[in-house]
Amino acid sequence: MSTLAERAAARKRAERSQSALDWLDDRLGSSKWLRSAMDKIFPDHWSFMVGEIAMYSFVILVATGIYLTFFYNASGAEVVYHGPYRPLDGQKMTIAYESVINLSFSVRAGLIMRQAHHWAALIFIAAIVFHMGRIFFTGAFRRPREVNWVIGTTLLLTAMLEGFSGYSLPDDLLSGGGLRILYSIVQSVPIVGTWLAADLWGGNTFPGNGDFFPRLFVLHEFVLPLTLAGLLGAHLAVLWRQKHTDFPGPGKTEHNIVGSRLWPQYFVKTNALLLFVAGVVFGLGGLVQINPVWVYGPYEAARASSGTQPDWYIGWLDGALRLWPHWEFRSFGHEIPNPFFPGILIPGILFAVIYAWPWLDKRIYRDYGEHNLLDRPRDKPLRTALGVAALAFFVDLTLASATDLIGNALGVPFETLIELMQYGTFVAPIVAGVVAFRVCVRLQRGQVHPIQRPVGGIMVRDARGGYHTVGAAHDGHEASAEEHGLEPAGAGPPAGASEAH
Amino acid sequence: MSEELPFPRVVTGTHGPEEGAGAGTPWPGDVPPEQDDTWYPLRDDPWRARRVELFIALLWGVTAACGTGLMAVYWMGGQAQLEGALLFCGFSALGAGLVIWARRLVPGQEVVGSRGEHTSAPEDRSGVVGSLSRGTDAMLSRRGFLVKRVLVPVGGVFGIAALWPLASLGSRPDRALFHTKWYPGARLVTEDGRAVHVDDIVVGGELTVFPEGFIEDPMSAAVVINIGRDKLQAHTVNGYNQAGFEVVSGGNGIVAFSKICTHAGCPVSLFNVLAMQLICPCHQSTFDILQDCAPVFGPASRPLPQLPLGVRPDGYLIATRDFVEPVGPGFWDRGSEP
Repeated sequence: MSTLAERAAARKRAERSQSALDWLDDRLGSSKWLRSAMDKIFPDHWSFMVGEIAMYSFVILVATGIYLTFFYNASGAEVVYHGPYRPLDGQKMTIAYESVINLSFSVRAGLIMRQAHHWAALIFIAAIVFHMGRIFFTGAFRRPREVNWVIGTTLLLTAMLEGFSGYSLPDDLLSGGGLRILYSIVQSVPIVGTWLAADLWGGNTFPGNGDFFPRLFVLHEFVLPLTLAGLLGAHLAVLWRQKHTDFPGPGKTEHNIVGSRLWPQYFVKTNALLLFVAGVVFGLGGLVQINPVWVYGPYEAARASSGTQPDWYIGWLDGALRLWPHWEFRSFGHEIPNPFFPGILIPGILFAVIYAWPWLDKRIYRDYGEHNLLDRPRDKPLRTALGVAALAFFVDLTLASATDLIGNALGVPFETLIELMQYGTFVAPIVAGVVAFRVCVRLQRGQVHPIQRPVGGIMVRDARGGYHTVGAAHDGHEASAEEHGLEPAGAGPPAGASEAH
Repeated sequence: MSEELPFPRVVTGTHGPEEGAGAGTPWPGDVPPEQDDTWYPLRDDPWRARRVELFIALLWGVTAACGTGLMAVYWMGGQAQLEGALLFCGFSALGAGLVIWARRLVPGQEVVGSRGEHTSAPEDRSGVVGSLSRGTDAMLSRRGFLVKRVLVPVGGVFGIAALWPLASLGSRPDRALFHTKWYPGARLVTEDGRAVHVDDIVVGGELTVFPEGFIEDPMSAAVVINIGRDKLQAHTVNGYNQAGFEVVSGGNGIVAFSKICTHAGCPVSLFNVLAMQLICPCHQSTFDILQDCAPVFGPASRPLPQLPLGVRPDGYLIATRDFVEPVGPGFWDRGSEP
């Protein structure tokens, strides 16, 4: 195959690598680890790439974010704008807002960096949520991976905070309204709320005394990214130690792992994914406008416009605030204000359940064992139904954050929409859950179980026109295909295909 | 493994329960020791491999062209759309080349390795407790007094002392939320500093006002509305209006309310003149002006506080005093007496 010259060159290269790696090994004893690292096996499944998309979005966020810090000026001091963007000429604004206008219009490549940063943030959190859905619906959080579920949930929360803090930095009319609402939510905490709000904003009424933007900036470009990086590192370290899960399939068992090696196959592919994510993010950043703060204008406490929506991942919180009924609790001279319930209590309960899910799941299925092979969502109809119900709940709340827009588009009064969506918080999860459950059961009955029948087998048509599946062994599970024969798909439930785990 | 698989597959390590659950080689022994690492899909087809190579080169050439274009665009002053398109094409072509390379030309194939055991050996598991006890026994059993009676309280005190600097972050809330900048005799002025005359607002008109001297003070923003003498008198039902908070002059019936929503603090900036309602754009709390701005829809549960109005002899509108209750969203001790 290879020529003599090629082989000689390869030998020479190997000798050079040997001496370099030996140098390193003499000092760090690194060769054993490096070898196992390069030989590490990564399963190939498209859904496993979503977590990587989140990671690469984070890489792009850090890169574009560092660039933006060179131009952003976190100051709440007021100036009068005189710059190239004529519609704002002569307007009073904070230095923070002015610096964002300047980096958008006066800094070459500033606008695309800013917009790519924003798009990357939206994709980052979307990928985290998608990734989390994959983990949930396939049972990848089960022992021994509970730790990574907890770290991952914390990553999502931190990413949401990071996103909201970044969205608030420009001090435009839209984000200023968001901060006003956040202040009210913080202030609504029983007993300590007013203290908490005063300590965060640095003044005892909104919008504080001007200390706030420097603080927000330090949170956004130092504290929270560092937290994200630390958590991400821990997430990857645990993943590395425990290895990937994989779907059941031919030749796959609880005790082996099938896939491509880190070096060179996986390395090349995953870098390609980084490049694709970068391509999409920068393509969106250049071609699709996002958050045009110069259109919204600078923040003024006495102004707000309708049709204002937060970034998508905050929508469900804003929707919860719209749907929560006009209840407040007042007695003995004290009150628990309305925003506390939809702004803190409900999200608190939801995230407590999310954190606790691996342990709740163990109780539900009385399954405390280790699992490296994944469930297909249909295999656990109850879990799938609960997950779909939760998603329906979040979708209902997210839609509720756009009642004014939807109302305008459909010509329906927002009052009607809000009432519908209030019912929807109960109805949508129940309907979606029941539908999901039935679909799961249907699929279980109608199709072949991947553990009992290989999904990767080869279909062969014989001389008489019949079809047979050949190849692809299946092991690692109690049921074998021979027990169930080879009846055609849709011929009714094979024994043991129901939820017997 | 089965021979029918369309690709060569290397099987290494132990796998499968048939060899016993503990049969896996110790972690991280997932290195298949003997595998054919030179195989790749186009190994036996040099002509196609060459063509694929050229195609990849072409893709990466696109990336180089995009890079050149980016430099040119930047040099000419920058243009976000062009930059976006060029970056998209450049990154995507580079990535596409890599993917084709990995799939066609990079050696390596699907391999099977053992997961091994990720838990430690039993002697290590019991040993670690021994190591831990060496310290905890010494500290807790034999020196329990020092740890439980002394170190914990001392640490507590010192820890609480360390929290003290947090108080520097903000000032005492005191009664700041209970008052605004409105004072007796304060003229109502608009955002641009113009004082509001009793005849300035037509019936059905609405203005955002601030106390004179405190323009744009966020807590003091108020909405002044002329609902007309007839409507005012027809619909006056309770409380504030009867206390003389309104101004009636000729056909005008003027009232003023805090502009800060009692739900989450947004400015109540939408005015539905037909229904005589103020609507908050943030969460759609709706306040009925004719019922002293009581909430009639949405999450707000308290009326917008009313500003007591008066009129000076020269016809300018004034506040006779501050709002009678705290404006804006609720908080824990809002109901406490001063």
